[in-house]
Amino acid sequence: MPPIILAVLCFLPLVGLSSYAMHILVLVIMWSIIGMGWNLLGGYCGQVSFGHAAFFGMGAYSSGLLYYHFGISGWWGLLVSIPVLTITSLVIGFICLRLRGAYFALATLALGEVLRVTAENLVKFTQGDLGILIKQRTWVEKTWYFYVILLLAAGSFLLVKKVMESKLGYYFVAIREDQDAANSLGINTTLYKTIALCLSGVLTGMAGAFYMNYMGYIDPTTVFPLYDISIVTVMVVMVGGVATYWGPVIGALIMVFLAEVIRSMPKIGAAHQTLFGILLIFIIIFLPNGIVGDFRKITGLFKPRGALK
Amino acid sequence: MAAQVELFLQTLISGFLLGGLYALIGLGMALIMGVMRIINLAHGDLMMVAMYVAYWLFTLFHIDPYLSVFVATPLLFFLGVGLQKFLINPVMKVESILPHNQVILTVGIGMILANLATVFFTSNYRSTPVSYASKAWYLTDFWKNAPIELSLSAPWSLSFLAAVIITVALWFFLTKTDTGKSIRATAQDIDAALLMGVNVGVMRAVTFGIGAALVGGAGCLFIPIYYLYPSLGKQFTNVGFVITVLGGMGSTEGAIIGGVILGIFESMTATYLGMGWAPVGRFLIFVAALVFLPGGVASILRKQRLGK
Amino acid sequence: MSLLQIQHVSKRFGGLAALTDVSYSVEKGKILGLIGPNGAGKTTLFNVVNGFYPPTKGEVLFKEERISHLQPYQICKRGVGRTFQVVRPLQRMTVLDNVIASAFLRAKDKAGAERIALDALQFTGLYDDRSLVSKSLPLGKRKKLEIARALATQPEMLLLDESFAGLNPFEQNELIDIIRKVKAKGITIMIIEHHMKVIMSLSDQVVVLNYGEKIAEGTPKEIGNNPLVIEAYLGEAERA
Repeated sequence: MPPIILAVLCFLPLVGLSSYAMHILVLVIMWSIIGMGWNLLGGYCGQVSFGHAAFFGMGAYSSGLLYYHFGISGWWGLLVSIPVLTITSLVIGFICLRLRGAYFALATLALGEVLRVTAENLVKFTQGDLGILIKQRTWVEKTWYFYVILLLAAGSFLLVKKVMESKLGYYFVAIREDQDAANSLGINTTLYKTIALCLSGVLTGMAGAFYMNYMGYIDPTTVFPLYDISIVTVMVVMVGGVATYWGPVIGALIMVFLAEVIRSMPKIGAAHQTLFGILLIFIIIFLPNGIVGDFRKITGLFKPRGALK
Repeated sequence: MAAQVELFLQTLISGFLLGGLYALIGLGMALIMGVMRIINLAHGDLMMVAMYVAYWLFTLFHIDPYLSVFVATPLLFFLGVGLQKFLINPVMKVESILPHNQVILTVGIGMILANLATVFFTSNYRSTPVSYASKAWYLTDFWKNAPIELSLSAPWSLSFLAAVIITVALWFFLTKTDTGKSIRATAQDIDAALLMGVNVGVMRAVTFGIGAALVGGAGCLFIPIYYLYPSLGKQFTNVGFVITVLGGMGSTEGAIIGGVILGIFESMTATYLGMGWAPVGRFLIFVAALVFLPGGVASILRKQRLGK
Repeated sequence: MSLLQIQHVSKRFGGLAALTDVSYSVEKGKILGLIGPNGAGKTTLFNVVNGFYPPTKGEVLFKEERISHLQPYQICKRGVGRTFQVVRPLQRMTVLDNVIASAFLRAKDKAGAERIALDALQFTGLYDDRSLVSKSLPLGKRKKLEIARALATQPEMLLLDESFAGLNPFEQNELIDIIRKVKAKGITIMIIEHHMKVIMSLSDQVVVLNYGEKIAEGTPKEIGNNPLVIEAYLGEAERA
């Protein structure tokens, strides 16, 4: 199935979509990557992070700071974000992975906020709230951005698949299901949780680096925010389906579309967070494993109730 | 030299007063965490709701915020009970891959509360300028030849005093009443409590209500000395869980001590490092507590009690 | 030869002494039964041997080497496998995947892990159920799955924690057979059990704990006649 979808997507820009439509597509694909990254750590390995904005922002700033301090193209950020995010993940992992469950979630939330406030305050280094602006955008048309992000997404999808089908994948799930039992079965849980965190961080960071180049402007509130990035990431994967390959993609599609639809309805526009909140609550109560995860529940609604008729 | 001492002592006093209020916020969250084992990320938003109640009572009916405590607290109690009964409880029973659904649920609730406030009340900053807002007591009023000057702001002191009264009342409730004891029993050991005939379901709802009421009370005490806007909740939720971790998950004594520690720490950070860094200080203390003292202050208290 | 040596092990949690000066050895190739009233410290002892907590005092030696300071996964690598009282398989995975996950410890690749896993499933009689989702298994089969997973790590010693709890007589007999087969493979076993008949019929040696202390050690027959043991169990209905 994936190759067909990929082929269709490749030809999409040639159809002649509006700039706005392309923008939406780029956002959907970018959020898919963030979601896939989070899913690896949270959905498959069971370590729920409420601070993924930390990784996104680090990636965005890797790109931005290269441009700002050294004048080189922000695209190098994509490469540089890999070692930067690995180190970031190792540090965050060292602090947080010793914690379990909700405490891990809170610690990641805290670290995300620490990074945000640090970026705001280290004005000489990051320009603080002024942010970083790339004066000359690489391309005017969205088409090439689309192909870049599509490539990144395809790569991420394959990476996740390969990892989950290997020993790593089995170990991640074992850790998620019962960390103590996994330990007793010879699994070095700290090592593998760290690997999951690094992979997750790098993927999300690369999306951040892309974002810097695509939007041309970032500041701490845009790339490190708790609600608009960290919590939305959790929602994307929860709505789409935790621990599934397509969940993050579906989730990204729904969340981005929903955000745009709500934004374009002026009356309800201001209340978009309320609607998101309601959606979140609805999903948690009725579809706790997301659309892909609880797919059978949904199809079950449409089946005829044979015996009763 | 005198100026240094004066600055330090003034900062200490401010921090202590702030800590008293923070303790109330932390107490509510600690209770909820102790009994229900959930992290209520809507805690600060509940406080925001109470603050708007106090604001409108003041603006429309000229009711002093300190009196609003008597209105907002029961209101928040019922709101809390309702939320627990109709939203949080059903989610506890749902089977899912990740057990964090309750936490995420509170995020959803918080989002809705904050957003509804924005929709209905706009994001303009609000305040309740009470007549005694700038009244203060000065050290030199009592000690004519004092080498340094220290001031004690009236509203801050009143709020602190009210916070202490509420805390003492809570202590009485938890230790002397049957309901209070049932709540503590449920927090310690759910199965044992069930076996003793405690209606755990009711206790959960009541506890959430009390937690909401406490933070609602804190809101009324805060509004004379602070300003109000819809997304205020976030930072107080942060305060709440920093205190809970610092004090020790679910420990009420720990929450009080944790609140005071945090208040002083924040005050110090604001004075000596600058306002901008205060949030970082808060989070660093949070992470440090999680890493170095996972049981919080409560674990130190426990060790002392066991004579180790 | 003593495969496992527990030397003067004590474990305190704050003010509570869960284990006090427990010492005994498990001979290679034998089955040692660990019994005692509820709360005697049996599972705590397993947790110490397994590496979940270090002993407050004393040492645990496996194959004459200190393991008391090691992490559970390191101890598993050295050859000690363990099952848990409350079985929690990887619920959303198939039976086969469950065992493959633990087989990766010794396997070089996925194919190797699968082979080890299938062997373990054959051994425990779960081969036909290998494609079922483990969430749907009845308790008896889940207990067998626990054992299969531990066996897939190719241990020299197996710690079984109350594997018989909640099983009907038919399932109990099946499990007894599996345990005898495990012994026949040369794997040393230490088993916690409340089912007296099971312990007495399977064990070569029995150790009795009460309030964290070892109160008796000997053959099943000796233990059955020991007045201290009988007194410890007075008031506890014999689980038949």
